[in-house]
Amino acid sequence: MAVHSRPRARGMSPRDRLIVGLMLGVPVLADLAFIWFPALSSVALSFTRWNGIGGFDQIKPYGVENYRIAATVDPQFWPAVEHNAVWLLVFVCFATPLGMLFAVVIDRNIQGSRIYQSVLFLPVMLSLALIGIIWELIYSPNYGLINTITGHNQDSNLVNWLGDPHLNLWAVLVEACWRQAGYVMILYLAGLKAVDPSLREAALMDGSNAWQTFFRVVFPVMKPINIVILVVTLIESLRAYDLVYINSHGPVLPGLELLSILVTQNILGEQTRIGYGSSLGVVLLVISLVPISVFLYQTFRREARR
Amino acid sequence: MTAQVRSPAAPAVALAGSGRVKKTRRPARVAALVFMITMTVLWIVPIVFALYVSLRPVEDTAKNGYFSLPHGLTLGNFTGAWVQSDMQQYFLNSVIITVPAVIVTLFLASCVAFVLTRVPFRFNVALLILFTAGNLLPQQVIITPLYRLYLLIPVPEWVSENGLLYNSYAGLILINVCFQLGFCVFVLSNYMKSIPHEIYEAAVVDGASLWIRYRRLTLPLCRPALAALATLLTTWIYNDFFWAIVLIQRGDKRPITSALANLQGQFVSNQNMIAAAALIAAIPTLIVYVALQKQFIAGLSLGSTKG
Repeated sequence: MAVHSRPRARGMSPRDRLIVGLMLGVPVLADLAFIWFPALSSVALSFTRWNGIGGFDQIKPYGVENYRIAATVDPQFWPAVEHNAVWLLVFVCFATPLGMLFAVVIDRNIQGSRIYQSVLFLPVMLSLALIGIIWELIYSPNYGLINTITGHNQDSNLVNWLGDPHLNLWAVLVEACWRQAGYVMILYLAGLKAVDPSLREAALMDGSNAWQTFFRVVFPVMKPINIVILVVTLIESLRAYDLVYINSHGPVLPGLELLSILVTQNILGEQTRIGYGSSLGVVLLVISLVPISVFLYQTFRREARR
Repeated sequence: MTAQVRSPAAPAVALAGSGRVKKTRRPARVAALVFMITMTVLWIVPIVFALYVSLRPVEDTAKNGYFSLPHGLTLGNFTGAWVQSDMQQYFLNSVIITVPAVIVTLFLASCVAFVLTRVPFRFNVALLILFTAGNLLPQQVIITPLYRLYLLIPVPEWVSENGLLYNSYAGLILINVCFQLGFCVFVLSNYMKSIPHEIYEAAVVDGASLWIRYRRLTLPLCRPALAALATLLTTWIYNDFFWAIVLIQRGDKRPITSALANLQGQFVSNQNMIAAAALIAAIPTLIVYVALQKQFIAGLSLGSTKG
């Protein structure tokens, strides 16, 4: 383990060495024990079968059976994968570009920029649990805002936004985008403010219009932040959990299954299937390694060269 | 490529009104205005609507729906939610968990960042990657083994009455600290890298020990970053739902955000009161929103504008 290797710095007093050891050792051990050890255990447990009862001797090797069950037997698995993919696509194709658009317009200092920014940013401060609860007032079949306005609030013609399996994923995605767009807006604004203004002025002076200036000059310069935003978008769509939990009021509603929800179903649900839950976690892990590697590569490649 | 992006030494605080004036053609300007005003109105509707519904008695909305003219507004749902539930206890739980978690995270993260940036060390980049990547994992990847671990690890009785990390404040603080460490180490080490070497050389000449260089020199210089991170962490940990839902089974030990799921069940026939409870739960974050918005945004910017 890295913790025990000697610092290269010569001339450090024994006391300083001890302090370095503690300052680094405690956090590294905590991170290894409670983040990386569970992450790697997930991989190991995913090849076993264990209902969580009894000691470790009850953990039986199971080969790739868990993965086979997920792919061929579990009726919730493929819907969950599909919903995660839809979630990701909606974030990448809608919420993120919308947030970027907000940022670009606000950055141009039109009248009232501060107000727009404050309002659009508000959902980012709120917990997803609260967001789920307040949107239920809008989606409520009999009393809700949408059905009342569109006249679908009679028992004969109700639209059940959160209950109908063909609609509810989209309804929840509206809630998610409501928050995500503001989040992306703030990240992107930070990037835009950091772009050298003279660069833009030079482009404008050369006769390019605002549109060209943005796409040919500003956007390429912002490559690092574009990658950060892409990574945040991908990871957030894999982490999606809270809104579905709150809007389901109990066991997940058909139409809203997500991999993250299935993972916890197997540890908190009526029957605990540790091995199977782990294998679903590993599926999430493998997918998330893509954005994680992209981020690490772009962030640390220069440092590694040093 | 990245020369134009400011180094984290001078964090770009994203606030409208930086004084740059841009020439835009009139139709484009009008279109932009119309677009932003429409979106802003759309964005505020859910919050205003929730506030409106929570101010109306359930008898009224049960008859007329939420989208109707009020027959009298009342604070009854707010007082009802407060009195009829254990909200006081939930808030207390949130404080017991959030405050130590934020302090410990910042302390440990600043220690790691200091050592990684100021002590030449073979595994600097590897450790930085370890922490950063750990923070990017979806929580559900680690939850299954973590949950079993929490049922297994014995802790002294004064930490948790059931003798386990599961169902204890300590356990929840621990996982929040470990999970947020990565982000804070990443931000703080970037920030510390921008502190000039000469300051430290001078301190070494003056005989300042390593600890003094951390405590008396580095921490004061990092105050802006620490303040921004503290704001961000407080909001994030307070808003955490997932860890508490899985790792705290007993309702009376849950912090307020995850307890909203309990209240949803308790007030199932009165959505107005659930909305009121949710809005009460939002008060601390709304205070941050009003008073510390700049700090919050600065924290996010520090994490993202690393060139």
